[in-house]
Amino acid sequence: MLTAATIAILVVMLLAIIRCIAGPSLYDRILAFNMFGTKTVLLISVLGFLMGRPEFLDIALVYALINFISVIGVLRFSDSAEFNHQRPEAASIKKDKR
Amino acid sequence: MNLILEIASGLCLLLGSFLCLSGGIGILRFPDFYTRMHAVGVTDTLGAGMILIGLMLQNPQGIVLLKLMMILLFTLLINPAASHALAKAALRNNLHPVLDESTNEGRNKPSKP
Amino acid sequence: MALHVLPLAPPMNLLAKVRKMSINEDKLLDKLTPDKKPRLLPSHTFSLCLTLSLFWWINSNYSNPLLLSLGGASILLVLYIAHRMDVIDHESLPIHLSAKMPGYMLWLAKEIIVANISVVKHIWLGNSSISPTLATIDATQRTDLGKVIYANSITLTPGTVAVGLVDDHVIIHALSKENIDTLKAGRMDRRVTELEK
Repeated sequence: MLTAATIAILVVMLLAIIRCIAGPSLYDRILAFNMFGTKTVLLISVLGFLMGRPEFLDIALVYALINFISVIGVLRFSDSAEFNHQRPEAASIKKDKR
Repeated sequence: MNLILEIASGLCLLLGSFLCLSGGIGILRFPDFYTRMHAVGVTDTLGAGMILIGLMLQNPQGIVLLKLMMILLFTLLINPAASHALAKAALRNNLHPVLDESTNEGRNKPSKP
Repeated sequence: MALHVLPLAPPMNLLAKVRKMSINEDKLLDKLTPDKKPRLLPSHTFSLCLTLSLFWWINSNYSNPLLLSLGGASILLVLYIAHRMDVIDHESLPIHLSAKMPGYMLWLAKEIIVANISVVKHIWLGNSSISPTLATIDATQRTDLGKVIYANSITLTPGTVAVGLVDDHVIIHALSKENIDTLKAGRMDRRVTELEK
């Protein structure tokens, strides 16, 4: 069962990476990255049990916290211009204003 | 007793894997960012919860159980904060959600400054 | 409609470490709170101390004098910094809710399971079955803490995400229209309002 869970989590991580690469907007990428991080926490916990080394749980705990901080840290810069998602027509309007 | 725990743990792990896979399919399948966020919500709440409960049932004593509970608690408390921050930043930066026109009146749409 | 910053206060007091990360939001919360409640009660400091000790013990689980004294020193340091930052109050450590919190969490777990089943059904049925909706619903809680618990519960339930919180109105994006109807029926709202009484 642990092996099945590991494989399932790996597949989900792969799907998240696909969304992270394909994602049309920046926010899709951040979302997929966040999901990837959560799945990494699960993967580390399951691997700890699979290998019989429960000490891995400490790493999982730290990873969960770091994942949260990194997402919030990226969003800290959400006021900058790169984050401004515009539809094509809105972009052209803004260009005209300048 | 041990057998019952083994079976329960296996069931929880299978259910959690299924929920995580569903979320993974959902993040590829849904049409826009906001709907994808709901798919991620599935993997983050019950998917992670079921897998961690399955792990708890594997080794139901001592410090390992406490640590697993702490991971579960952090996951459940952190993820709504992160997804809310993400959604708010997206809406503030003009990423408009794809809405179902038949069910949505115009006054419910947020007017942008 | 301007979108205010939604303060991100996790709804439980076991979270000393996470509290440390969302201090910016706490400061905003303080600015937004008009009423001056009594702050810096000794019971809050005590409960923070207890939480930190528990956290240290779970993570280290060694009982030799060197590590214990290091733990005590770091707990004292964290308490000192928290006092200087002025973040120990009824909002960062809602111990007055702890009696009613377990019942609410059980009810919320049931809601989460129901919502998960519905979202998974939508995922496998495909895009034609969803009807994404953006709606504004009212929150009847009196305190900021109650509103934050309500908005966080909405976000924690899959299928609905609280996008913004302006005064008494929560802006919600939902996966389908039924989710909005369920929220507008107001059972979760009533639960949280009862919780904060």
